[in-house]
Amino acid sequence: MFAPKMLKLCLSGLRNAFLQRQVLSATAARLQHSQSKQHGEPVHSTRPETSSARTLMEIGTRRIFTKDHDLFRQNVRRFFQEEVIPYHSEWENAGQVSRELWEKAGEHGMLGILIPEECGGVGGDVFSAAVMWEEQMYANCSGPGFPLHSDVVMPYISNYGSKEQIERFIPKMAAGKCIAAIAMTEPGAGSDLQGVKTNAKRDGSDWILNGSKVFITNGWMADLVVVVAVTNRDAKTAAHGISLFLVQDGTKGFQKGRKLEKIGLKAQDTAELFFEDVRLPADMLLGELNKGFYYLMNELPQERLAIAAMAIASCEFMFEETRNYVLQRKAFDKTIAHLQTVQHKLAELKMEICVGRAFIDNCIQLHAEKHLDAPTASMAKCWASDLQNSVATRCLQLHGGWGYMWEYPIAR
Amino acid sequence: MSGRVLVGVKRVIDYAVKIRVKPDNSGVVTDGVKHSMNPFCEIAVEEAVKLKEKKLIKEVVAVSCGPQQSQETIRTALAMGADRGIHVEVSGKDYEALGPLQVSKILAALAKKEEAQLVILGKQAIDDDCNQTGQMTAALLDWPQGTFASEVSLEGDKVKVVREIDGGLETIKINTPAVLTADLRLNTPRYATLPNIMKAKKKKVVNMKPADLGVDVATRLEVLRVDEPPQRQAGVKVETVEDLVGKLKETGRI
Repeated sequence: MFAPKMLKLCLSGLRNAFLQRQVLSATAARLQHSQSKQHGEPVHSTRPETSSARTLMEIGTRRIFTKDHDLFRQNVRRFFQEEVIPYHSEWENAGQVSRELWEKAGEHGMLGILIPEECGGVGGDVFSAAVMWEEQMYANCSGPGFPLHSDVVMPYISNYGSKEQIERFIPKMAAGKCIAAIAMTEPGAGSDLQGVKTNAKRDGSDWILNGSKVFITNGWMADLVVVVAVTNRDAKTAAHGISLFLVQDGTKGFQKGRKLEKIGLKAQDTAELFFEDVRLPADMLLGELNKGFYYLMNELPQERLAIAAMAIASCEFMFEETRNYVLQRKAFDKTIAHLQTVQHKLAELKMEICVGRAFIDNCIQLHAEKHLDAPTASMAKCWASDLQNSVATRCLQLHGGWGYMWEYPIAR
Repeated sequence: MSGRVLVGVKRVIDYAVKIRVKPDNSGVVTDGVKHSMNPFCEIAVEEAVKLKEKKLIKEVVAVSCGPQQSQETIRTALAMGADRGIHVEVSGKDYEALGPLQVSKILAALAKKEEAQLVILGKQAIDDDCNQTGQMTAALLDWPQGTFASEVSLEGDKVKVVREIDGGLETIKINTPAVLTADLRLNTPRYATLPNIMKAKKKKVVNMKPADLGVDVATRLEVLRVDEPPQRQAGVKVETVEDLVGKLKETGRI
């Protein structure tokens, strides 16, 4: 009963697009946001939601954003189009992005958005950070580890770091000159965070760090790594004995193993890291001793939200990419978008994505009000990433054999 | 010299939009269509902001003539680095009839009022392609003009302008105060960064009406009809040169 209505809306969208006989490439899809409301739809004085907008990536939609966010989004979209997309294939082959990109992003004020101005960050709001997360997915460029650097690692330092640590690292991180990573996962412990074996022993006023970490985003290029280590083996629970350390690239004993060869996210420099008797002065302890686990629990909701927001944005990108593909792919004498089964599948996809988008926007709003709790953030991440997988599979199938080809955006 | 530069910015239909003519052929569809700053105006703003960064001028004032929504265009200029904005409100029928002559009168009045050292405009707007406002403004002010500028350098109280003309490049030196119009290769407009967008919110935008400047925006032009360009006709292939000449004679081309 509900579904036929949604189908009609999606189909009318497709049919209208036919009548205009638009052969849309991926670039045109991004520019398509400007072709709003040319079919007699009423002008909304409030911002429309994605379900009634021309495309799911249109600038000027969604009530959580304002016109200032639109202006920022336009500029971020331009940044990805001019500075990231043209080089991404090259970076996929290299297994990492370039340092220049990081510095350019820093120059344009796109890093450290959530860090207060007093600490050296941009001092923007959660919505502006969300714009960065989403635009990266709309550009389909998973290489740059900006979200991790700006919205996961930098907050640890600005929230728990000493004044000296903040002054030392935050400005350089915001400028893209000091690339950051956080090392929690180990070969033997991922979900079981309390099972980490990397440890730090006191030696005078210094610490000696030993252990290894794996699957570390930005690991290969990182200048600064926040390392999760056990500092008190005899604590009543493992959680009470974990601390966070700042380890700089070049410190004796800190080895970067290799860039890991993944089945996807090829331009992202995920790496394994080794610590062999690394000597850390006392001022490289981040926050209080043995409070590390609590810090992690505090910050993970934001990380989960970022992942959820990126997952749903990725779904929106894949939908539009697939919509464009079926509008031009010919088979059986017509474009495959004429086939009712294809139309049904697209309608279902759009429906699921719009519903998911509503929940994620809700969570972004909650987080801006500082009311996003860990369970809700986890729900968002779980739902959105499951949806992303399901959307990816279905969209890829709609591309037929071409969907398996790396050169096609959907394959990535 | 006041060190103040006036930059005109126009709100036009975004360059990527597919334009459609209204069913009654009176104009193009603008309702609900995406608008943005004229690309040549962006280049003008960028040049003004660069001059300020080089400390050759002191203040950049962005001006736009149009309805309420023109304020967004001014805000974009502020986010690129302009210091304050002036919104000359023109709406409804007056706005539909607003053309280069009226805008030049407004800009000339403002240039005098603000004691501007330079007025920088885009060479033309991508909606009407008039390429008149800069020249008319200079004439009304009796100021020298450097149009189609691809390079601008301030030298004391003179301006050296390299102009893109049909034959190549022409370099002229003119006195200030002067009017300049920006051509495509003058510069590449910067990104409006988030910190600048946030700062722009605090910058002042003053609102006024043409009458406040003593300008009458009555138009002396009447738009009779707006049509789409004719559809491209199919070509005809011929076998020999004789056939070609024959066909051309047939259709009266030669």
